[in-house]
Amino acid sequence: MILPTSRRGFLRAASLVTGAMAVPGWARSGTGGLASGSDVLSGEDIKLSIGHAMHSVGGRSGHAIAINGTVPGPLIRLKEGQNVRLSVTNTLSEDTSIHWHGLLLPFQYDGVPGISFPGIKPGETFVYEFPIRQAGTYWYHSHSGLQEAMGHFGSIVIDPTGADRVQSDREHVLVLSDWSFMHPHKIYTRLKQNGGNFNFQKQTLVGLIAGKDQSAADRRMWGAMRMDPTDISDATGAIYTYLVNGHGPAENWTGLFAPGEKVRLRIINASAMTNFNVRIPGLAMTVVAADGNNVQPVETDEFQIGVAETYDVVVHPTEDKAYGFIAEGIDRSGLVRATLAPRMGMVAYVPPLRKRPLLTMKDMGMGDMDMSGGAMAGMDHSNMPGMDHGAMPGMSHDMGSMKMLDPSVAPQVKMGPGVAMLSSMPMDRTAERPTGLENEPHRVLTYSQLRSLDANPDKRDPSREIDIHLTANMERYMWSFDGVKFSEGAEPLAFRHNERVRVNLINDTMMPHPIHLHGHFFEVVMGEKGNRPVKHTVNVLPGGKVSFDLTADALGDWAFHCHMMLHMHAGMFRVVTVRHDEDAA
Amino acid sequence: MIRATIGALVALALVPGGALAQTAAPAADPHAGHTMPMATVPATADPHAGHSMPAAPDQDAGRDMGAAKPASDRHAGHDMGAAQPAADPHAGHNMALPPTGDTIGNAPAPAPPTDHAADAVWGAAAVAPSRAALRREHGGFTGSMILFNLAEYQARAGTDGYRWEGEGWFGGDINRFVVKTEGEGDVRGPLEKAEVQALYSRAIGPWWNLQAGVRHDIRPEPQRTYATVGIEGLAPYWFKAAGALFLSNKGELRGRIEGFYDQRITQRLILQPRAEIEASAKSIPEIGVGAGLTDIELGLRLRYEIAREFAPYIGVEWAGKVGETARFARDAGDRTSGTSFVAGIRFWF
Repeated sequence: MILPTSRRGFLRAASLVTGAMAVPGWARSGTGGLASGSDVLSGEDIKLSIGHAMHSVGGRSGHAIAINGTVPGPLIRLKEGQNVRLSVTNTLSEDTSIHWHGLLLPFQYDGVPGISFPGIKPGETFVYEFPIRQAGTYWYHSHSGLQEAMGHFGSIVIDPTGADRVQSDREHVLVLSDWSFMHPHKIYTRLKQNGGNFNFQKQTLVGLIAGKDQSAADRRMWGAMRMDPTDISDATGAIYTYLVNGHGPAENWTGLFAPGEKVRLRIINASAMTNFNVRIPGLAMTVVAADGNNVQPVETDEFQIGVAETYDVVVHPTEDKAYGFIAEGIDRSGLVRATLAPRMGMVAYVPPLRKRPLLTMKDMGMGDMDMSGGAMAGMDHSNMPGMDHGAMPGMSHDMGSMKMLDPSVAPQVKMGPGVAMLSSMPMDRTAERPTGLENEPHRVLTYSQLRSLDANPDKRDPSREIDIHLTANMERYMWSFDGVKFSEGAEPLAFRHNERVRVNLINDTMMPHPIHLHGHFFEVVMGEKGNRPVKHTVNVLPGGKVSFDLTADALGDWAFHCHMMLHMHAGMFRVVTVRHDEDAA
Repeated sequence: MIRATIGALVALALVPGGALAQTAAPAADPHAGHTMPMATVPATADPHAGHSMPAAPDQDAGRDMGAAKPASDRHAGHDMGAAQPAADPHAGHNMALPPTGDTIGNAPAPAPPTDHAADAVWGAAAVAPSRAALRREHGGFTGSMILFNLAEYQARAGTDGYRWEGEGWFGGDINRFVVKTEGEGDVRGPLEKAEVQALYSRAIGPWWNLQAGVRHDIRPEPQRTYATVGIEGLAPYWFKAAGALFLSNKGELRGRIEGFYDQRITQRLILQPRAEIEASAKSIPEIGVGAGLTDIELGLRLRYEIAREFAPYIGVEWAGKVGETARFARDAGDRTSGTSFVAGIRFWF
């Protein structure tokens, strides 16, 4: 489908006059999809310019850091097997960088200042040059300061050398993001000053009287532990407007389709801090790729996408009607809708925000003993130290301390002010529905449903394993690995070249953390080996544990971090080194 | 409230240290965490059952292994490092179900390299500044906060008064410089009480800060300067609690504990009960302070957070002098207790 020239002309004129539509052509509302051309960047020589821009959301304009003047930045469309030269010019008055998220490339072009390269100084142009060794949906973003949170991100689509094994008649790219008129440094400072600052969905006395949320006994029990079951997101919809392709709910980004077409949606979560639940009411989604890698098609109605993950889904709308694409923050503090429709100007029903979920004991790493309701609801937890749990299999006699901070369960963690909780029984939660979707009446994707379309290339068993604890103190807003912030001189995580290692991520916090390793893919350990899903970012559920097998095949130094930008900024970050064995002395 | 303040007092009496946080927590069984999972996981589901976990939980076995590092133990390489020889290396693994068909070797981890890959490509001098920035920007927080929990007008029988209580911190996650100030007076009279504290504050656990420094009382006169040490933090059940001891330049020892609780009625309407108790080790007649308990104060304030940072409030406060201090007040013709209706603004930035 070709856009009517008059409309496109109108939009261009509008953008010249008001500067309000600072989005690239492919991301404009009413696009017919990727096939219709517009200003997608392709070829071997691509030029990007980082600069200040104003971005308009909901009738209000704010300061953005944009790429080629737009938020999101240009879509870069490449072909597997080609070489690419990306020249990035910095027009800011501070250093910048671009990290190519999910791309396999020489480490010096990975784009992390201080690890890969020195960064891009003001006024400088840096040329990245590398071969494209893969296909799929990826993205790129700044790895300098908190620039990414101000709009410094864009999407990458790489077509395979042969025929695409995902059959579709049309493609749309949907870049999810969280936009705030509050500067990310101020958001960070506010959270350091007051950990729950942006949570306006806490439990209240009025709620208790109305019979909402936890019982008084459960509230006392959680209070005794100084844990908040509403602590699902820290930066929330109170300060964010969620966007699809730079468009807020009011702007209603619309992607067109013709009824009967198979439409491939390449969904990228480019948010700074927001995990989304994604659904298209009335339309089943067939997940065909995760983090750029094809998976065996699995049909679902809703999935959770962690920050920095990508999912490709195929939808098959047969009716001549509009469908709402709904991305809802997992704490239900806000949502963004976009529209898939046969024509512009159509809207679908936008469901209201669903009820905010409550965390459970399982999210505290207490195993499968959900004390927050059900059979336990009638128990008086106020006398916990003396409670007799003899009848409860699996629980010790002592619930007074709840064993939420027993250093013996994680000897490698440095205890201190930054560690408020340790999961005593971290569970493999990959077969569970993600936070808040436990009781949805429709199908919900779990990680365990993902199976790689191709056989995993490295069939070796791991030669060793390491544990990495995700640690935090929400009240002080401190985030770290193993209780040590990167700034505290944390040592690199060292790997031998081509070594096969199992990495166990243990979440000692009550939030999900999307953990990203640069320069590599890994297989998430679930079910039979052979076709485990291949990812670059894995979301570790609260109190849970995720293992991945890594073949450390990319020499050099790489970043490894939580992709919640403020958690990373607070210290949940490490350098991973991959060296020949003889170098690693 | 009382429970929190007593908890703070107990903690204070036990003198600062890493154990402070635990004094406020309910008594814990130090072994429950180990034994619980071991007792529950079926042997077949426990990857460690075969080599490291006898049916009867034996933590010493784990320690011995940590020291000996037998080659058959695949954990020897990573979580039984020399750094934590005394810890139980298996507790964290207990609940992990073994994925089907995988065996994991016990190869040792390589030593972390001391060089940097990027230096070979771009030159060490070129990368060094951004590497320093990388360290700083991933955990190296420095910030500040100024908070006035109380800044209010007090309407009461006789002359109305005013009162403030605020503090500011400057620094990072662990070490901070803290300034506290509080004071009160009659609107038509002179300033009655005013004090300023300058403290070094150090986070000593997830919930508590140890604070030490000086306090200077501008009023009442004659002025006094105290050396002070105390703790403040978050007690179980979300009570904010603080306790401090003050030793004056004249050798007088005084103490203060206080606590409050923010009860959310709605997301923005918050009721704050608050209590403060002061005591003195000996009689200090020249400033009207008697030996023993000297002052008790109970308040209830209802605020509305227009923004988190800005919340007007109304409330009621009862303040009373007790014991010898009350007698000093009576002798001087002052009231010994009274109730005020208060209105003020809680604000921070």
